Amino acid sequence: MTRFIAPLFLVVFALLPLGLTDPYLLNALIITGILTICAMSLNLLLGFTGQLSLGHVAFFGIGAYVSALTALGFDVSLPFGLRVTHEGGSPLLGFVLAIVLTGLCGYLIGRLSFRVRGAYFVIVTISFAEVVRLVALNWVELTQGPLALTAIPNMVLPVPSIGDVALRSKMQNYYLVLAVGVASYLLIARLVASRFGRAMRGLKENESLALSLGINATRTLTVAATVSAAMAGAAGSLYAHYIRIIDPDVFLFSYTVTMVIMVVSGGKGTLAGPLVGGIIFGLLPVALRPVMAPEAQWIVYGAILIAILFLMPRGIVPALEGLGERIAARRKAGDKPTDAMPAKMGANP
Amino acid sequence: MDQLLQHIFNALVLGGTYALLGIGLTLIFGIMNVVNFTHGALYTFGGYAMYLAAVALGLNFFVALPVALVAGLVLGAIIEFTLLRPLRRSDIDTTMLVMIGAGIIMQSGTLWIFGGVAKAVPTPFPAQPLTFGPVSLSYVNLFVLCAAVALIAITYFTINGTKLGRAMRATFQDHDTAALMGVNVSLIYTATFAIGSALASAAGALLGPVYVVTPQMGDLAAVKAFAIVILGGLGSISGATIGGFILAFAEELGAGYISSGYRDAMGFLIIIAVLLVKPTGLFARAERIG
Repeated sequence: MTRFIAPLFLVVFALLPLGLTDPYLLNALIITGILTICAMSLNLLLGFTGQLSLGHVAFFGIGAYVSALTALGFDVSLPFGLRVTHEGGSPLLGFVLAIVLTGLCGYLIGRLSFRVRGAYFVIVTISFAEVVRLVALNWVELTQGPLALTAIPNMVLPVPSIGDVALRSKMQNYYLVLAVGVASYLLIARLVASRFGRAMRGLKENESLALSLGINATRTLTVAATVSAAMAGAAGSLYAHYIRIIDPDVFLFSYTVTMVIMVVSGGKGTLAGPLVGGIIFGLLPVALRPVMAPEAQWIVYGAILIAILFLMPRGIVPALEGLGERIAARRKAGDKPTDAMPAKMGANP
Repeated sequence: MDQLLQHIFNALVLGGTYALLGIGLTLIFGIMNVVNFTHGALYTFGGYAMYLAAVALGLNFFVALPVALVAGLVLGAIIEFTLLRPLRRSDIDTTMLVMIGAGIIMQSGTLWIFGGVAKAVPTPFPAQPLTFGPVSLSYVNLFVLCAAVALIAITYFTINGTKLGRAMRATFQDHDTAALMGVNVSLIYTATFAIGSALASAAGALLGPVYVVTPQMGDLAAVKAFAIVILGGLGSISGATIGGFILAFAEELGAGYISSGYRDAMGFLIIIAVLLVKPTGLFARAERIG
């Protein structure tokens, strides 16, 4: 039942803008899409390997800054009289560099933080995000600090026979985000179904057992962290070229919390979970905005997070799956009330 | 040299409150295996409780301080009773996320009620600082240092010299055996969380009058508390005390001699460095790490 969620969402969200003219709503959908990509990438770590990373926003922010600076150019002096100047280039190059560099950051942070588990791991990841935020705030020569990077060019796509097309309208950006989202989803689906995905789940279920079977824990987790970080970096790049202004607030802990709420509410460790959670919590602000102040909205999010952990600890998608199975089982039992059980037992004499 | 003395004094004042924060957090982690993400919010709560008691209720400064402390104690007990007790059997990630949710509610609630504008807490101390040659010590800072040291001493006595403390230490070592020996483990958990919360609240109430109180003041305090606890080893109280002072010295000297912009980054750099070199923390015994 839940395996239809992703294709259904794809059809709905591919067709939705055709009947939608409200720019505010379209904007909310774009931001929702970007955050949902982040949630999907976080799910790779949090859901499939079971490592609660609370520094995920760092990769989103680094992706945004790398991509924006690649497009805008910069001129910084480093210690020992070194000087790095970059003229400014294509946003598309920025997008690629954002993915490569955040992937590299994910790899390095993975190598560092997977030495520890549990509470230690969580705190390392938070610290990493905060250090990056402080660097973005204080390295004014590179990042403009709190003054923000402004006038970031829109993403361009090379189209054969026409040349480069800048994606200026909301509609174009919407489909760009949708395309990157679909690509991320397919990549995660492939990864999870592979031998590597089984190694990840093995580590989550029972690390000692997985190790005894010859699974290299640090390598598996680091690869997951790298892919996850690169995907968040791609989302950050999309964000930078869509919003066109970024400041150190892209590293705020509240973004991480939003991503975590999306994953946990939808169902961690399921493919469709972050999609469901992402859509709900991406669009909830739109619904709540007319009736509530932002502070009150955050109180509601906090309450929902707690309520979900208490009532539906596995999330919405697994709960739906459970419901579907129960309905199917009842229907089966209704059809053949007597021989459902004996048939099963008879197969094993 | 003169500047160094001044930095050392400032670090001692800061270190006292950092130690309070760290001890509260490490106590809760060590005994309950809960990473308390409401710690920062409880620190903020202490600051606002102090503000309310001193300004809205017009209480004497020295009466307002214990009021803030007791308010933290009560709030901590409520949080433990309503949120943590039903999740006793859950894994550490679930309780962490629930605590994050509670922390968001507390922080947003503070912002909603009091607004984002910083509030000042009046103190009865003369504004004119004491000067010893080149070093100037403000009265309020001296008071904060003394109060923090007194609270640390009281906590040590509670843990090491009372029946409650003995039950807490027994629960820390092995909660099943402690329960078999007749310790009411549930009560110990509530008491532990309440005491930890009271210490965080006291730290906020002490530093509130030194600076100002804002709804965001707890954000950095919380991550600093994490840094202190990692430095000292999760679950180690003397580690947290020493860690608090180490962090304060690192910040004060780093800000004074390297760059003030990265003052708040010190804590995180310490976390990362400690985990690179000695992941179990500097003062923890290996078996205490969960």
